[in-house]
Amino acid sequence: MSRARDEFLKGFWKENPTMVLVLGMCPTLAVTTSAFNGLGMGIATMVVLVGSNVVVSLIRGIIPKKVRIPAYVVVIATFVTLVDMSLEAGMYNLHRSLGLFIPLIVVNCIILGRAEAFASKNSVGMSFLDGLGMGLGFTVTLFVLGAFREILGNGTVTAFVYQDTIVQWHLYSGAGVLHKTLVFILPPGAFFSLGIFVAVMNVIKTRRKRLDQEALDKVNEASRTAPSLQQPA
Amino acid sequence: MAEAHKDKPTDNTAGETGASAAGAVRPGAADEGAASSQGRTAASQGRKSDQGRTAASSLSNSSAKEPTLLMPEKLAISSSPHVHGPDSIAKIMWTVIACLVPAAAVGIYRFGLDAAVVLATTTGSAIVFEALFQKMAGKEVSVSDGSATLTGLLLGMNLPAGTPIFICVVGSLVAVGLAKAVFGGLGYNPFNPALTGRVFLLIAFPVAMTTWRLPQQMNAHGPKKQYYGMSTTWRDQAGKRLEQKHRNVKKVDVVTAATPLSALKEGWKKGTAALITHTDLLQGDRPGSIGEVSAIALLLGGLVLLLMGYITWHIPVAFLATMGVVAAITHGINPQRYAPPLFHVLAGGALIGAFFMATDYVTSPTYPWGKILFGVGCGLITMIIRLWGGYPEGVSFAILLMNSVTPLIDRFTRPRKYGLKLWSGPQEDAS
Repeated sequence: MSRARDEFLKGFWKENPTMVLVLGMCPTLAVTTSAFNGLGMGIATMVVLVGSNVVVSLIRGIIPKKVRIPAYVVVIATFVTLVDMSLEAGMYNLHRSLGLFIPLIVVNCIILGRAEAFASKNSVGMSFLDGLGMGLGFTVTLFVLGAFREILGNGTVTAFVYQDTIVQWHLYSGAGVLHKTLVFILPPGAFFSLGIFVAVMNVIKTRRKRLDQEALDKVNEASRTAPSLQQPA
Repeated sequence: MAEAHKDKPTDNTAGETGASAAGAVRPGAADEGAASSQGRTAASQGRKSDQGRTAASSLSNSSAKEPTLLMPEKLAISSSPHVHGPDSIAKIMWTVIACLVPAAAVGIYRFGLDAAVVLATTTGSAIVFEALFQKMAGKEVSVSDGSATLTGLLLGMNLPAGTPIFICVVGSLVAVGLAKAVFGGLGYNPFNPALTGRVFLLIAFPVAMTTWRLPQQMNAHGPKKQYYGMSTTWRDQAGKRLEQKHRNVKKVDVVTAATPLSALKEGWKKGTAALITHTDLLQGDRPGSIGEVSAIALLLGGLVLLLMGYITWHIPVAFLATMGVVAAITHGINPQRYAPPLFHVLAGGALIGAFFMATDYVTSPTYPWGKILFGVGCGLITMIIRLWGGYPEGVSFAILLMNSVTPLIDRFTRPRKYGLKLWSGPQEDAS
């Protein structure tokens, strides 16, 4: 059970696909101009990831080694087509703003990477959890990145979007002190934001590691000085 | 303009003469505190690999003992003899600041209190950010050397008067933080910090950054009235403003106008750019950034720097001469459309760019031919953007683009060493 939990949780922090593995940069940089776009892209990718992980894991015994990549791509493309068509039918505006990046999920490194590195070697249940965790980690990252860029670059916070209704607050409208920093919804802003996020994550990780190391040192020190634990010479 | 005395590797010979001991790599975890196996691998790999910089810095993260250095401090020097110079970072920086003061003063005289507010905000916030980032990086706080002051002042001089305070502060944050601190501080920045800040602001706040004010004391008589789009003289305009105020009409706060270069986009004779005379450009009687309006003040400051030997003639002369040549050719081909050479050299930010920003020690080439190449590149890109680009002015983009090829230029323009072949190809760095 603990392994299942680990496989599920690793996508959020320890092996976060965007921030740690730095995979799937194309959608990460291109579509996170707003929180809603980021969320939509993340969920679309997650659905494809879960589906492809499960199917690849199911057929992992019958795919010949030499043609495994084309086989994965066919499986992934099937799910992408499903997602593409459902989005077009159900959420036309989102589909339009994501545009080409929906079909491009086929070649998303995260999905192909999980199929090759995980689903083709693990059981269906674990692959499902892996896909779900990675997909959710990706979605959360894209959503936060999109929200960050939208707030700074467009000055809006989107409450919800339903069909053609977009409810959002404008933060710095009027003659306030703050101004929206347009660059953050332009391509350079994507790199700035991602860089800031990775840097913050690294700072937290380094600090955590240092604290762990200090705690470990303390334990070692204690065990070395404690007379009861000393080995007889 | 920034310093590079201790940081910029002037490693003419360090590699070949075996003086590489001076450039010893400082591995991340060499001290005995982190004598875990991890620490040892880090140390040995740091010494072994030639990319000691990256190896040591990335591994020092994992050893978690040493404060993380972005790049190991090193001092690569050439072989003897050495001459000890009396200059220091602080002396050079404060001299350059002093040389900028006339141009800044003209800017304040032309655009009034708002210009002073912009300059004070950028300079002050640049100093604060510099101190903050140095503290965060665990370094000695060295704001008294004037490099942050210079960055802030240059940034402010590149903004229009009346830029909102928030935008000024963001500009300083980008200039000091994004362009300098994240690369390791003074001497490590690949791009000119003040210009990076300016270009960031130009992309981020396009409206505020292109709202140019009229000078307070302007000669709006004769044909120049047409340039400012006025049917009456300035005094009448002011009277009208009062009238409007009394009628509870929203009063006019600021009158804006196009800069000479944006007016030039309509064409030289067709548009109104030709109404700006060379005297206007020399005296700064025109809309523009705070620091760029007066050519005389900038030339004065640049000349002092040249005479004191803090900059050499190569970059400014190559820069401005290239612009002049391109302008002369295009003006010769189509005088209706393209402006004459002197207009191009005096208008816009060409002078402040050529004398004060392209000559930054850290981000410009070291050797004479490299400097000339750098200046020619700056001039060409500036003219291409001005004549056929989407922006009216291209000096800042040109300098930043050439900054990015500076290491390459430095590699290929090393001077011949006594006793060696004429040119032995690009040599490896002595790190």
